[in-house]
Amino acid sequence: MKEVTFKIDGRDCKAEKGQNLIEAAKQNGIFIPTLCYFKHLNPLGSCRVCTVKQNGRTIAGCTVSIDDGMDIEVNTPELLDARKAILEMMFVEGNHFCPSCEKSGDCQMQNLGYETGIRYTRFPHLFVDRIVDARPERIVVNQNRCIKCKRCIEEVITNDGYKVFNFTNRGNQTLVSVDYEQEAKLSESQAEHAMHICPTGSILVKGKSFGKPFGDRQFDNSNANKNIPLTDIKKHKTTNLKKKRIATTSLAGCFGCHMSLLDIDLGILDVIELVEFNKSPLTDIKKFSDRCDIGLIEGGCCNTDNIEVLREFRKNCDVLVSVGECAIWGGLPAIRNTVPLEECLREAYLDSLTSEEDETVIPNHEDIPKILNKVYSNHEVVKIDYHIPGCPPNANHIWNVVKNILFEEEYSISYPEFKYD
Amino acid sequence: MDRTLLLNKLWEYQHKFGFVSKSAIETISKELNVSTIEIESVVSFYHFFHNQPTEKNIIYLNNSIISDLKGFENVKATIEKETGCNFGDYGNSEFSLFETSCIGMSDQEPAALINFQPFTDLTPNKVRKIITKIKNGENVKDFASKTISKIQFTPEDDKTIIFRNYELGKSIKEGIKFTPQEIIDKIYKSKLKGCGGAFFDVGYKWQSCKSNEDTEKYIICNADEGEPGTFKDRAVLQHIPGLVIEGMVLAGYATGAKEGIIYLRAEYQFFKQKLDDLINEFYNQNFLGKNIQKIEGFDFDIRIQLGAGSYVCGAASALIESMEGRRGEPPVRMWSATKHGFKHKPTVVNNVESLAYASRIIELGEDFFLSIGTKETPGTKLISISGDVAKPGIYEIEYGTSIRELLGIEMSQATAPYYVQVSGPSGECVSPAEFDRKICMEDILCGGSFMVFNRTRDILHILRNFMEFFKEESCGVCTPCRAGNFILNEKVKKMQRGLASNDDVNEIKEWGNIIKLSSRCGLGKSSPNSLIYSIDKFKEYFNLKIPPSNESQNVEFDMENAIHEFDSIIKDTQL
Ligand SMILES: Cc1cc2nc3c(=O)[nH]c(=O)nc-3n(C[C@H](O)[C@H](O)[C@H](O)COP(=O)(O)O)c2cc1C
Ligand code: SF4
Ligand code: SF4
Ligand code: SF4
Ligand code: FES
Repeated sequence: MKEVTFKIDGRDCKAEKGQNLIEAAKQNGIFIPTLCYFKHLNPLGSCRVCTVKQNGRTIAGCTVSIDDGMDIEVNTPELLDARKAILEMMFVEGNHFCPSCEKSGDCQMQNLGYETGIRYTRFPHLFVDRIVDARPERIVVNQNRCIKCKRCIEEVITNDGYKVFNFTNRGNQTLVSVDYEQEAKLSESQAEHAMHICPTGSILVKGKSFGKPFGDRQFDNSNANKNIPLTDIKKHKTTNLKKKRIATTSLAGCFGCHMSLLDIDLGILDVIELVEFNKSPLTDIKKFSDRCDIGLIEGGCCNTDNIEVLREFRKNCDVLVSVGECAIWGGLPAIRNTVPLEECLREAYLDSLTSEEDETVIPNHEDIPKILNKVYSNHEVVKIDYHIPGCPPNANHIWNVVKNILFEEEYSISYPEFKYD
Repeated sequence: MDRTLLLNKLWEYQHKFGFVSKSAIETISKELNVSTIEIESVVSFYHFFHNQPTEKNIIYLNNSIISDLKGFENVKATIEKETGCNFGDYGNSEFSLFETSCIGMSDQEPAALINFQPFTDLTPNKVRKIITKIKNGENVKDFASKTISKIQFTPEDDKTIIFRNYELGKSIKEGIKFTPQEIIDKIYKSKLKGCGGAFFDVGYKWQSCKSNEDTEKYIICNADEGEPGTFKDRAVLQHIPGLVIEGMVLAGYATGAKEGIIYLRAEYQFFKQKLDDLINEFYNQNFLGKNIQKIEGFDFDIRIQLGAGSYVCGAASALIESMEGRRGEPPVRMWSATKHGFKHKPTVVNNVESLAYASRIIELGEDFFLSIGTKETPGTKLISISGDVAKPGIYEIEYGTSIRELLGIEMSQATAPYYVQVSGPSGECVSPAEFDRKICMEDILCGGSFMVFNRTRDILHILRNFMEFFKEESCGVCTPCRAGNFILNEKVKKMQRGLASNDDVNEIKEWGNIIKLSSRCGLGKSSPNSLIYSIDKFKEYFNLKIPPSNESQNVEFDMENAIHEFDSIIKDTQL
């Protein structure tokens, strides 16, 4: 094979003529994110997270074969943002509750989220009700997590040559469906292969999905010494060094983020040197007594009270930060968003195992807040200045962000600190 | 069975039983030696194939924006009332009702297909009569509407190209006086541009097909005309179909292809028989078949392939997928179709109108063609005008005609035109400030759809209709188009509810651009166009749609709306 020269972002690179761009870039030390791309398959070109420019035209990088003199752009601000946006679309299109996902920590899509530094999605979550199909013999397909990358369709074939998966429907209704007859022919190892090639937690093998213990997760430390670029964090200007006031609250959350706040252990003493707490469950101060520099919000809004508290925080704090997944987009409580409210309430209060017919009601009193039609993320209700991802975010991470915002300290975040689960 | 016959096979089942059953799918998959899911995936892709039983009469009502402004809602309500069914349901004992994307009757809206027979200019009254007749057991074929569109305008006599006298076989007879290469040179010289929307050079396309050594080549006539608002291909196929067939024969002669296929959209199957009859006439007169006009070795056959309801199948690469019996997903582009197209053989895909022009160029000479129109786009163009105009229909205009002329008293007679959509939802919207723009390569091109809206029409309502269309018609294979158009549609809904801020408007532009940048095929690359352009072109309108913003709140959170559901549940469940 002939070696040719081409350019990536203006830099001269060398590769074999006809080589796939993704591989060629990697050899030259340049990373192009991919999800559907799978070495030995013909390029699928379905996910589009590998979008690059070739001689000025945008194209899926995985579909490009290197030719002499090609001019490729990969890391321009426009392309970095477009790729991030495409990944965000995948997050909002499906229902990705990472903390309750078997693949978490081992998931290529999640990992790319970290790589591209997604803290929150610019798009509203769509919360489409999707099925979990447990009918197949060996596997379970969880449509909530499928990104329609087509890998399974092309790669999972029975010994006698039949496809096991295929798309059905079209447009935003497109699904990956299973041929039950063919699936039954798969061997245990073939089924596991299907689970492994799926870049998300959509294909699981029955009885195997918890096989890998948490803590031994392939992506967690793979980039331990790498810092994630959060280039779009803005700098705050404060020169005045007097003690800063903080307020915190937990809305529709589990208090996990607050527990995490306390997790800095003795570090809290340093923090107390720098800041004082106003309204917060940590102090048990119920009402704002002063204007605060920063408000930390855990949890999203699931009832009318949450909305009122959040609005009060916005009024009384200069900077408002959503802490944790629930605050950022609803998180685990938002699992209910894919089901109609009535069904949820009936299930909880009227049709549950312990409720008796005509004995129990859905609680309703003027003193208790009303349940909203869905769980709202905080930035759907008020303006939020920063988002700290994690479920919960780790303590150092939270305080680093806070200190950065308040005192303009140098801010960088290392890979293992950045989590959605 | 050959996989390329799959769509025909599925049509057989669909027509005979009203759906493609599980057992039918099993039978077919055995025959093709593939898993059943593979056939299911094809069935569920196409709008007109059903995988559950439909009733004796299927009504497909067009929900395009033109239908909408001509009374869609009333007609829909009347149909539901008269049949006792709901749209989208599989219905009761007699009717199944579905909405469908533009069916190519924009000059006669609202229109519907009932058992694939056209019924146009519907009114509640007319609907009642039709349903009664059907209930009385009359055959819809006997009282279907005449759909032939009016040719409202042709340039002064000597400049008309398409809609002039037609004599069967004249172009072919003229063409065979030249060598194949000379035919291509003539087309090339005429600068004829493809009329399917991409305006690709026709001569260049023929040449690159000819240059391939392969002995097996194909000419495909793209009659999928799916862009909402266009009906000019139907007009050509109903008025002068012979021109198209001759164009295909000439393309075959020039490139060396021996087989031609007309990919006819399923919506147009009511005139398929007429086309078949004409094709037979061509065979009878030895303009098709073996040794055409006694030229040794000049063989050419034509057959019609029916589509099955999918806009994206109009895109040449998806069309080929569809003809090969697969889902209409535009494949990852590795080669051009002229190199590896249908059955992986060199293939020319040309639009109906392009082929008609090719015939005329050969018949009338390229110099005549070049004497009309503009420098970059010589000749004329067919435009389908619909919407708020007194004279909807087909206009053959000389390239270089301005939008103002098209709207004017001499032509379509628009009343207070305000928003004009040129080339359909995937094209470009035009505001009154741009009415002097000219239809030609040098300024603004028009694929054929020209929809006019007056001042009383709500722009967001129009845009919403377009976004719903793209959401429905996206093939679903790539993320930006599948998810992105859904998300954009949600934004438009938010705007319609009056909850959008300036940020939302900027986001629509940013997000739209990302979809354009990263989508795989032309559908996604153009779907956000109208939305993005309209925001800049109709600033006044959008300013009114955005409530003044508030410092600390992105938008006024809609508390009423958020607790409404809870309140009504509580009302119903308290003891
Ligand atoms: C989403 C999409 C839909 C299209 N629909 C049609 C169509 O309905 N009819 C058509 O002739 N071309 C359509 N095209 C353009 C075709 O891809 C192709 O360019 C054309 O058929 C080539 O013929 P021409 O060069 O004679 O225009 C469509 C393209 C896209 C991307
Ligand atoms: S771990 Fe991966 S598949 Fe699972 S919810 Fe998170 S992103 Fe989705
Ligand atoms: S199931 Fe997994 S491998 Fe298959 S398309 Fe979905 S995300 Fe891709
Ligand atoms: S842009 Fe839309 S229609 Fe085209 S391939 Fe992607 S999903 Fe399919
Ligand atoms: S990796 Fe290239 S499109 Fe998915």
